[in-house]
Amino acid sequence: MSTPTPPQQAYAQPPAPQQVPQQGHGPGQPAPGGSYVSPIPVRETHLGDALASEWTKIRSVRSTLWTLGVMAFLMLGIGLATAAAVAGSDTSLENESALGLGFFGVLLGSICVMTLGVLTIASEYGTGMIRTTLTACPARGRVLAAKALVFFLLVFTMTTVLAALVGALQTAMITDAVDPSGGEWLRSTVGVGLFVALIGLLALSVGAIIRHSAGAITLMIGVMLLPLVAAMFMFSESLAGVRDFLLEYSIPSLLIGVYGEAAAGADAGPTGWQPVWIMLGISLAALIGAAVALNSRDV
Amino acid sequence: MIEAVGLTKRYGARTAVHNLSFQVRPGAVTGFLGPNGSGKSTTMRMILGLDTPSAGAVTIGGHPYRRLPNAPRQVGALLDAKAVHGGRSARNHLLCLAQLSGIPARRVDEVLGVVGLQAVAKKRSKGFSLGMGQRLGIAAALLGDPQVLLFDEPVNGLDPEGILWVRNLMKSLAAEGRTVFVSSHLMSEMALTADHLIVIGRGQLLADTSISQFISQNSSDFARVRTPDTEPALREKLGTVLGGAGGQVLPEPDGALRVTGLPLPRISDLAHEAGIRLWELSPHQASLEEAYMRMTQGAVDYRSTDDKLAGFDQPLPPGAQPPPQLPVPGQGQPGWYPPPPPQQGGPVPAGRPYGIPAQAPAGQPYGAPVQAPAAPVAAPAPQPHPYREDSR
Repeated sequence: MSTPTPPQQAYAQPPAPQQVPQQGHGPGQPAPGGSYVSPIPVRETHLGDALASEWTKIRSVRSTLWTLGVMAFLMLGIGLATAAAVAGSDTSLENESALGLGFFGVLLGSICVMTLGVLTIASEYGTGMIRTTLTACPARGRVLAAKALVFFLLVFTMTTVLAALVGALQTAMITDAVDPSGGEWLRSTVGVGLFVALIGLLALSVGAIIRHSAGAITLMIGVMLLPLVAAMFMFSESLAGVRDFLLEYSIPSLLIGVYGEAAAGADAGPTGWQPVWIMLGISLAALIGAAVALNSRDV
Repeated sequence: MIEAVGLTKRYGARTAVHNLSFQVRPGAVTGFLGPNGSGKSTTMRMILGLDTPSAGAVTIGGHPYRRLPNAPRQVGALLDAKAVHGGRSARNHLLCLAQLSGIPARRVDEVLGVVGLQAVAKKRSKGFSLGMGQRLGIAAALLGDPQVLLFDEPVNGLDPEGILWVRNLMKSLAAEGRTVFVSSHLMSEMALTADHLIVIGRGQLLADTSISQFISQNSSDFARVRTPDTEPALREKLGTVLGGAGGQVLPEPDGALRVTGLPLPRISDLAHEAGIRLWELSPHQASLEEAYMRMTQGAVDYRSTDDKLAGFDQPLPPGAQPPPQLPVPGQGQPGWYPPPPPQQGGPVPAGRPYGIPAQAPAGQPYGAPVQAPAAPVAAPAPQPHPYREDSR
């Protein structure tokens, strides 16, 4: 090692077989149980350090670029294609604004977000990196919180900006639709951004619990699409209650609700900001479950 | 200072580590030895708070790892060279760890220099060779300039230059007053690097001692005596004379005699008095390899199936010494062990002390039972790469 032993070694504790545990030793004091003192200043680490670390991690792998790139492509491509199709046809949107047309792109884009959410933590398990990470930061809750926060903010920003861009282009392309109100604008940008980021957070939590990329991604896609598909095949009267519930509360239906419309086939269901709060509850519950699992399990 | 007390880890019905108690002191390189699957890595993970012990506790400087203040600045670890995200560049890998530990970013370039990876710092670690991966793992361990260092099989996959570097690095780290805990199953490597040894087998402590004590407790020194090849009768005569004087004599396959229990000058005097010329009279020290093999033979979990001797393990009778060998770098892996003595002449050991370890190449000539002729011993069959753990 090139780092020389500093002169303040003089008051360092001699190596003793039985050392009394020291509490609250700070920089400049000798490390407990040894005689080497690093010249690099020691400081307490906090959530900010973990956030910086997770930002470095998420921006330095290609999967981030790929998943978010595909999401941008889907949101812009499908959003604009839908708008062009509507603008070119005679169909009128009647009393609705053009913003609702962004739904399809966002729905498909959210699959990319789920993938990234799972990969953010499950790839650490897949590669074994998690052991290196948790050795560098034994406060496991902090690592998970930093991961969740960095991922959430990245996806939220990205989705909100894209949704705003797509919405602006759509309203410009479709001239005969109703002008959206301020509340509608807010929901179809910030609301959609929050909703998609929360889906991603759910995926990240599932990834932390399952610890296997492929398994967690499959499960998330199932959670997203299966309820709606299953509901479509529930013809029996006895299942009507279940069918209606699934139609109203499946993830795609909730997303439609954010745009202020009831899902096709559903008479009612949460609309406006309600779906966002529902998703927030689910994601936070999953995140707490992930934190408990991470803290109690061996890695 | 690492201290384990009654450390136990069970996975269901299987006990990986059982009631392990030891101390790793600062200022020395402590080797952590054991056959494959003996619980070395599990113990290391428990030290780092990654696995929770089923019973007992392990502390670093008096604290369990997960409650250690500024843990990454006090403890650095290389657990598995492959434990990196392959899509991330070496520099970014170290940078995210530095940020997490509150270490200035310029330290990253410093450790990249220390391990000699500056040239590939921007390359994705997926393309790294095993040796480069080890260097990256060592860089991560050194990042916090910590006072306690743990290395799990650090020389795996390194080239000879790299092995020499790691050896000197360990020693210099310990000389600075740090605690250095190195697991390995390369006995010869430990003989050159470690000051102290902790040996485990099947998750239980077999030895906790200094290197020199370990060898002297588990094996003994001997003298090799060679009489002129042209006169076989002299050899017989010398054997009788030395045996009569209280020495134990074992003939070696190439015609030399292996003598224990008599100092070299005494052997020379006895030969002179009997009028026997000597072509060779040399002192030999038993190697760590051999002492280790004897100690762990009962605790080897993974044995090749063509080992016909596994059921014949018996304690050595007094006087029967296994054939020792000087430590030779590269011959330390468990696939290698010294040849048995031939049986004509000298006392015949009641049992064969060698259990062939897991990596023994098939068709080893050394597995011969007692009656077998002592034939092709000097040329060990296909040697695995000296520094690669061929079982993984």
